[in-house]
Amino acid sequence: MTDNLDITGAVCPLPLAHNEQIVLGHGSGGKMAADLIAKTFLPAFDNPALRAGDDGAVVDVPAGRIVLSTDSHVVFPLFFPGGDIGHLAVCGTVNDVAVMGATPLYLTVGFILEEGLPLDTLQRVVNSMKQAAAEAGVQIVSGDTKVVQRGKADGLYISTTGVGILPEGRNIGGAQAKPGDVVLLSGPMGDHGIAVLAARGELGFETDIQSDCAPLNGLIDDLLAACPDVHVLRDPTRGGVATTLNEIAKQSGVCITLFEKTLPVRPAVAAVCEMLGFDPLYVANEGKVLVILPRESADRALAAMRASKYGAEAVLIGEVSEAPVGRVLMKTAIGSTRVVDMLAGEMLPRIC
Amino acid sequence: MTSFDFTNSFRDADLVRGVMDEIRRTVTRPWVLMEICGGQTHSIVRHGLDQLLPPEIELVHGPGCPVCVTPLEQIDRALAIASRPEVIFTSYGDMLRVPGSNQDLFSIRARGGDVRVVYSPLDALKIARENPEKQVVFFAIGFETTAPPNVMAVQQAKALGLKNFSVLVSHVRVPPAIHAILSSPSNRVQGFLLAGHVCSIMGYWEYPPLAEKYRVPMVVTGFEPLDLANGILETVRLLEAGKVEVANTYTRLVTLQGNQPAQKMIAEVFMECDRAWRGIGVIPLSGWRLRPEYADFDAEQRFDVAEIVPKESPLCIAGQIMQGLKKPRDCSAFGTLCTPEHPLGATMVSSEGACAAYYKYGR
Repeated sequence: MTDNLDITGAVCPLPLAHNEQIVLGHGSGGKMAADLIAKTFLPAFDNPALRAGDDGAVVDVPAGRIVLSTDSHVVFPLFFPGGDIGHLAVCGTVNDVAVMGATPLYLTVGFILEEGLPLDTLQRVVNSMKQAAAEAGVQIVSGDTKVVQRGKADGLYISTTGVGILPEGRNIGGAQAKPGDVVLLSGPMGDHGIAVLAARGELGFETDIQSDCAPLNGLIDDLLAACPDVHVLRDPTRGGVATTLNEIAKQSGVCITLFEKTLPVRPAVAAVCEMLGFDPLYVANEGKVLVILPRESADRALAAMRASKYGAEAVLIGEVSEAPVGRVLMKTAIGSTRVVDMLAGEMLPRIC
Repeated sequence: MTSFDFTNSFRDADLVRGVMDEIRRTVTRPWVLMEICGGQTHSIVRHGLDQLLPPEIELVHGPGCPVCVTPLEQIDRALAIASRPEVIFTSYGDMLRVPGSNQDLFSIRARGGDVRVVYSPLDALKIARENPEKQVVFFAIGFETTAPPNVMAVQQAKALGLKNFSVLVSHVRVPPAIHAILSSPSNRVQGFLLAGHVCSIMGYWEYPPLAEKYRVPMVVTGFEPLDLANGILETVRLLEAGKVEVANTYTRLVTLQGNQPAQKMIAEVFMECDRAWRGIGVIPLSGWRLRPEYADFDAEQRFDVAEIVPKESPLCIAGQIMQGLKKPRDCSAFGTLCTPEHPLGATMVSSEGACAAYYKYGR
């Protein structure tokens, strides 16, 4: 040690502000986490329950039964034509609540962020969630953020839980399909799955296919106002229309027959599917709803759906009969009949 | 008809029905026809074409699914190579679920192996260029149709001087398989629908001697419902007239000589070899392997995997199905012990496999 220590020029090094990328400290629960909430999450999602800053949100609910649904989102890439992981995380859960016949009111959100994620990317995702929540008329009232080391996640993952209110007397569910019902679909199949696949750049060709990712609670409100006798609503996400209808056929103990000629597929999606050996019946949608209701209500339901922005291309695609129980069949375009089975295994990983 | 649209008109119900009516008018007695190609099997079952045929016509499904016939020892070699830490193993997606003796490529991946699905061997080549510290292996399976891109990848790797790219070759050829089926004492097949896409590469000049030798007519056939209906009609016409000929109903893609530059490339890189077909056994000179000049790119030589002894499920009757001797429904495991989620044999895995097609479309 020296006797003449010159400390005139010495300063205590200030910690860096880390305002460009996520570091482990953002998930510490300490000052950096508070900063992230104050600068990024609160301004976007602002509402009294969130602003209170407590461990849980206290919210008002109107009369009725509560519907709860949860969904995790790991889509890659984070941004794709027609949407992004934030938009998807809000719409996916809003739609899961809405297809129960409930009015979605509140969401909670969990973020898992990878160290090194640009804050700008997080901001874009959060802005997109804000927009989707505003369109759907839901509030994001509680949240959590964790940060994992670089390489332990792929950018960010988002889990959302939705709360909705189901009016008394409404009984919509997968077990309610009845012989004599018809099956409606709100628009063309497969846009989301193919858009995400194309956005990965693995196809070796370019398309202008956009994801159909959208909140469907508005469309469903209009539909239920016009046709209170709807038996089943379900959004055909992973596994596509074929897998969703197989679930319903089994739950309801009925047979569902599709008409190949009426199945809606955009030409660009059909072309990609032909080339890669996919069947659009099994490709994911994020902004479509399957509606099963009595045949006599079909025209009214189609008119109500077509009047909505997200149901303009709604069509009747099939009918419900008694047997064979639990099967989905298809009348092919050339006049024969075949079985439409569930998807076996994973066709396209990480599409939502 | 005022316009013919190349995506939808080949599935036009009225046109298909017209050809079906003509088949009904032509046929006077029972005939057994084999479609050799798995793509045709899939299309027939998917569109329900067999339901529209008159009862006299029986379609049996040939060994033309490349995933199905890839021999078990080659799958086991793939699994051994893919398990190595220095390897990125690339493959067409269908091969990931094909059961080896004990496991599949999916389980290798779950245990940390780097197994990637590619749509083209050229994508595998790109991965090799981007990962010079890794050994990149492509599982080169298939019939004549996939041979040109596979040999092109090997030629490009050689031209680029890549030291970290190799292919595990399990290529098979159609004509020796037809020869094996027709020379079997239990053969039932009286007419063949030849695989349109194989013929688009190879032409159909190899088939007249086979047709002549076994007195069996053969018709080059496409894949859409109208193509298949036309191929069946032409085969029935030849059979009813007692003619032994090789006819071409897929003229929009196939010529007698085929794609000669592609054939030349294949001959530069591949040479004929004996090849085991899963469920059937060794068919002499029915495969292709790399020529000695390309031995540096042979994954079997690069990795020490020659001594692998496979173990097949004793229940699976895929071999008899692929020779046209049995139908998937004849198997005691069909739909119970053996399903697309838990396949015992390869015919239950690929969408071109007869068992998977029967299961998926409820036959």
